[in-house]
Amino acid sequence: MTSSSTTVERTTGTAAPGRRGPAGRRGLAHSKIDSKRQWWGWLYVAPFTAVFVLFLVIPLAYALWMSLHNKGIATGGQSVFVGLDNYARAFSDPVFLSGLVRVAKFVLVMVPIQIGLALVCALVLDTLATRLSKASRLLIFVPYAIPAVIGALMWGFLYSPRFGPAADIFGIFGATAPNFLSSSMIFGSLVNIVTWQWVGYYMIIIYAALRTIDPSVYEAARIDGAGGLQIAARIKVPMISSSMVMILVFSLIGTLQFFTEPTVLRSVAQGAIPSDYTPNMYAFSLAFSYSQFNYASTIAFALGIFVFIGSYIFLFATRKQSGLK
Amino acid sequence: MASITLDTQQTAGHDRRRGDAGRPSRRIGSHVFLLIMVAYFIIPLWWLVVGSTKSNSGLFVGSGGALWFNDEFSLWDNIQGLFRHQGGIYWVWLRNSFVYALAGGVGSTVLALLAGYGLAKYRFRGRSLYFSILLGSVMVPLTALTIPTFVLLSELGLINTMWAVILPSLLSPIGVYLVRVYAQDAIPDEMLDAARVDGAGELRLFFRVALPLLRPAIVTVLLLTTVFSWNNFFLPLAVLRDTDLLPVTVGLNQWQALSNAGAGGEQVWNLIVTGALVSIIPLIVAFLSLQKYWQGGLSLGSIK
Repeated sequence: MTSSSTTVERTTGTAAPGRRGPAGRRGLAHSKIDSKRQWWGWLYVAPFTAVFVLFLVIPLAYALWMSLHNKGIATGGQSVFVGLDNYARAFSDPVFLSGLVRVAKFVLVMVPIQIGLALVCALVLDTLATRLSKASRLLIFVPYAIPAVIGALMWGFLYSPRFGPAADIFGIFGATAPNFLSSSMIFGSLVNIVTWQWVGYYMIIIYAALRTIDPSVYEAARIDGAGGLQIAARIKVPMISSSMVMILVFSLIGTLQFFTEPTVLRSVAQGAIPSDYTPNMYAFSLAFSYSQFNYASTIAFALGIFVFIGSYIFLFATRKQSGLK
Repeated sequence: MASITLDTQQTAGHDRRRGDAGRPSRRIGSHVFLLIMVAYFIIPLWWLVVGSTKSNSGLFVGSGGALWFNDEFSLWDNIQGLFRHQGGIYWVWLRNSFVYALAGGVGSTVLALLAGYGLAKYRFRGRSLYFSILLGSVMVPLTALTIPTFVLLSELGLINTMWAVILPSLLSPIGVYLVRVYAQDAIPDEMLDAARVDGAGELRLFFRVALPLLRPAIVTVLLLTTVFSWNNFFLPLAVLRDTDLLPVTVGLNQWQALSNAGAGGEQVWNLIVTGALVSIIPLIVAFLSLQKYWQGGLSLGSIK
């Protein structure tokens, strides 16, 4: 995606001066203006650049530096260069590896459920223009306005055998409610919270993309005998594939960094969620419970590399669909 | 990649019925499906509304069950409880959340507007490289930065201050990206050149020509960044120690952890439920009242 944009910039960049100043006499004045403009361009990006360097470039570089060093009682409180030792430790650390596998499982289960549900909702909404459908669109979106912490807190109450409605609901059918907070159920319970939180947001994005399709396309398909489902699968979905790729990447990046919901649910689901449930939680507890900042940085950096490479591969594989060549 | 799907008029304006809505049986099926979906997304919030009217013990055992009101109505008691418990710290948390969300949201939006406009409309050396780096940085997981940011901030002596939350949340590469993509098409070069010929300075161009044209992008980026700061949990959890500085998300989580671990007096379930409800009202109201703007604007994220 980057290469295409750069080539576009370059061609417009070189073509522009010729277009602007055809007369040689005025060429000099223009280059003066251009240099002044250059200066303005940098001025506009300068404030953001400062924040970008301070809170992205430096922390990233610092995390890399820390991951290559060790500091502790054994080293006499001095930072000692240890090369890739921390990475060797991380990739043979069963806790980190099982955390990675776990978030990978979450990606495989959660992402398709969320996006599938959002897609179905958006497709259904797109065929309707009733008052009910408008209201549903808003109501399904509302959970996005609720902070992840509050959402997880609320679901913690709902799952809880003491507070929640599960016992009542299952009681109607004469069944006993399962314990949603037990270690066998917690995976599904977490998937449910995240799904509840994000489907509405993805749905709105997909819906907005669907509305940009010219309806005359459907007319043509219908004349050719295509039914509603065929139109949805063969025309609508392919035409919004760029939005689909975009939200897939967002949800992929978000899921690999899974932290908030399991952290909040931890105190309710006693024992079902260890403090190192996901790589991010592991890094957090290493840093703030055990003061192992070097190793925590290694975990964070290794996870970051995974996310970056993962989303890059994904974008590369779907570059045709996304239109980001 | 350049064209953006910004579709406010079409969505809000003429709502042509489209698609396959022909057969009535299918339309009924669609509506039933939507009702089930709405129930799934709204029932938890309904529980929160009902729960906030219950006393601490009423949450466990009550005449109404989990999804209906009890005979006893304790909402006002609970709100008073929020003022009393730990000296009304809840309202301090809520104020902190507002400060963090506004400072982070407005600050990062201003930075994104300037940078996005500069990248879109000025040709300067290194611009294409800059944009490539920006695109790559969108994919950097922000939580990977939290731990080194913590160490850096503590070396600057900023740990456990409001700045430790506000400064890092000024960073929004996706905001810059959205403004850059939007500004590219929304601000015609000819218009800028015409204003320049009329003698307008560069700053004037930004304020008088660019800003009005960027309004949909402003609303969208402001909403996204404010929600992001409002929801932020990892960063404040890492960089704040004083209870007085916590945002409401971290604060309520602390109450919940205490209530689960502790006994008797530390269990404030009713205050957690009521506090959670009060804290989500501002954002829900903002979203519902601003829907005209964001419904079109959110699709900014989808680039064709």
